[in-house]
Amino acid sequence: MDLSLLTRKSDVEWWIEPHGRMRVPGIIYASEALVQDMDAKVYEQVMNVATLPGIERASYAMPDAHWGYGFPIGGVAAFDADRGGVVSAGGVGFDISCGVRLLSTGLTTDVVEPLKKRLADELSRSVPAGVGSVGRIHLDSGEMDAMLAGGARWAVDRGYGAPADLERIEEHGCMAGAMPEEVSTHAKNRQRDEMGTLGSGNHYLEVQHVVKIFDAAVAAAFALREGDVVISIHCGSRGLGHQIGTEFLKRMVLDAPTYGIELPDRELACAPIDSPLGQAYLGAMRAAINCALANREIITHLVRRAFSDVVPRAELTLLYDVSHNTCKVESHQIDGRTKRLFVHRKGATRAFGPGHPDLPPVFSSIGQPVLIGGTMGTASYVLSGASTSELRSLGSSCHGAGRSMSRHQAARQWRGRQIIDELAGRGILIRSPSSRGVAEEAPGAYKDVTAVVDAAEGAGLSRKVARLEPIVCVKG
Amino acid sequence: MRKNQRVTASIRNTWEHFPHGADIGVRGVGPTKEAAFEQIALALTGVVTDPLRVRPALPVHVSCQAPSDDLLLVDWLNALVYEMATRRMLFGAYSVAISDSRLKATAWGEAVDLDRHEPAVEIKGATYTALRLACLEDGHWLAQCVVDV
Repeated sequence: MDLSLLTRKSDVEWWIEPHGRMRVPGIIYASEALVQDMDAKVYEQVMNVATLPGIERASYAMPDAHWGYGFPIGGVAAFDADRGGVVSAGGVGFDISCGVRLLSTGLTTDVVEPLKKRLADELSRSVPAGVGSVGRIHLDSGEMDAMLAGGARWAVDRGYGAPADLERIEEHGCMAGAMPEEVSTHAKNRQRDEMGTLGSGNHYLEVQHVVKIFDAAVAAAFALREGDVVISIHCGSRGLGHQIGTEFLKRMVLDAPTYGIELPDRELACAPIDSPLGQAYLGAMRAAINCALANREIITHLVRRAFSDVVPRAELTLLYDVSHNTCKVESHQIDGRTKRLFVHRKGATRAFGPGHPDLPPVFSSIGQPVLIGGTMGTASYVLSGASTSELRSLGSSCHGAGRSMSRHQAARQWRGRQIIDELAGRGILIRSPSSRGVAEEAPGAYKDVTAVVDAAEGAGLSRKVARLEPIVCVKG
Repeated sequence: MRKNQRVTASIRNTWEHFPHGADIGVRGVGPTKEAAFEQIALALTGVVTDPLRVRPALPVHVSCQAPSDDLLLVDWLNALVYEMATRRMLFGAYSVAISDSRLKATAWGEAVDLDRHEPAVEIKGATYTALRLACLEDGHWLAQCVVDV
């Protein structure tokens, strides 16, 4: 990105001053090096989002921002229904409620290290992953609607997962306002056999160990210590969410003129929040959030069973589950007034700080865990929501490393076998049905996740708590 | 750039992938609009596996319609994504007919075989990003867009 187009407010804050049809400024939180590496399309997309009706405060880009669909990936924007605000299918993305959850195991690296090959094989066998994979749960139409209304609560009620998990999931495991009747038959068909599946691409299941603690007090509150073994699960609403995204994007493109919305980019398709189409999308999107929450809960159940087969004394406890592709109704301070806003986070994580009323009691004094996925060869991070995040970014932070190289380039540069062997040499076991898939996800194809979280901390979005490195990675 | 080209006399059918930040661009070129739709469908398959590895054993019929031909292109690819996902199939050959922004097509393929196809990635959906459907100066048709994976 051309730095001369931006106003530098600090080492990690850059503004696109409002011009043309922009209603609010664009604000990019990133170091100079990260901004320079960002695609010029990010600039264009941040600016386009700032033109949408009813937008409040700013169009934000997180430190891992990259070229997305309409919104940049790493984009955050909030809209006020009372000011003609919109909801955008592109602003949520195709993989609705894609997210990360982190489980502690009660085990340390020295216990797991000798067992990791068995664990890798057992996890790979237990959790369906990759193209064409199907889950062991098959939903009829009644159960499909119950799942879409109930989310992780539905999964726990059916014996997948533990009741104690629910308070450690955003929305307590069940997104209110879901309307299964707004989810098409096509979308439901895509999901019928996909519950409890990981998917492919950048989705993963990792066994990791804590290699560094940055904030001892918060780490203790999150029950994280150096040498602890933890598990990360990264996936979303699978085929159902993809189909909902596809269908509503088209409907919003076609209906935009009837709502008097001039789209600078078709992918920015949106509808007024209070319109029938906006309400239908919100109902379907919330059902997809529940699908993602149920899916990650089922996978957690499968992981617990696999672990207990290999290490019977393992006790897998959920730290937290965060989603990073959502639109949620939240209260925020705008010009000294509390407003109810529809906050879009596309590739951005909610990062509520200490004292936020929406946090479960266990995190209310420290801020919520913010889980940042890395690559299979680098690191992931646990952050905590900063008290300044509300003012800085509507309580939002980054979500991952972000790609620095296309899949296409990565597949030309690396071979899957080569990556698997190199990582094995460093003690990281990869299990994947696809060699090319591994090459496309090569660690070198991503930005430096450490630079991303450093920028997020420097900008006051979230605070570093712990660094995690992979031991085993199961990919689709 | 990943390419596959078949030349018959002066008629050129080709598909390829082009880079996109996080995902993959698919492009088809052919002597007619229908051929370009067939070629971009091969590029779609190529995101997952080499289309030549897919046996065209079973026909699946697909139809869709849209207010314009470029929107029809996205609908066509999304219809294939749906068929691949719900039937757990891959397709290696396509036949397309288009009239008044209505498409009728047959896709031939087989069930996903992990060993033989080594599928790289699932496709979430076709997007309007870099969407282009055009008749080029040399008379060939070009069809392209980015798919989210």
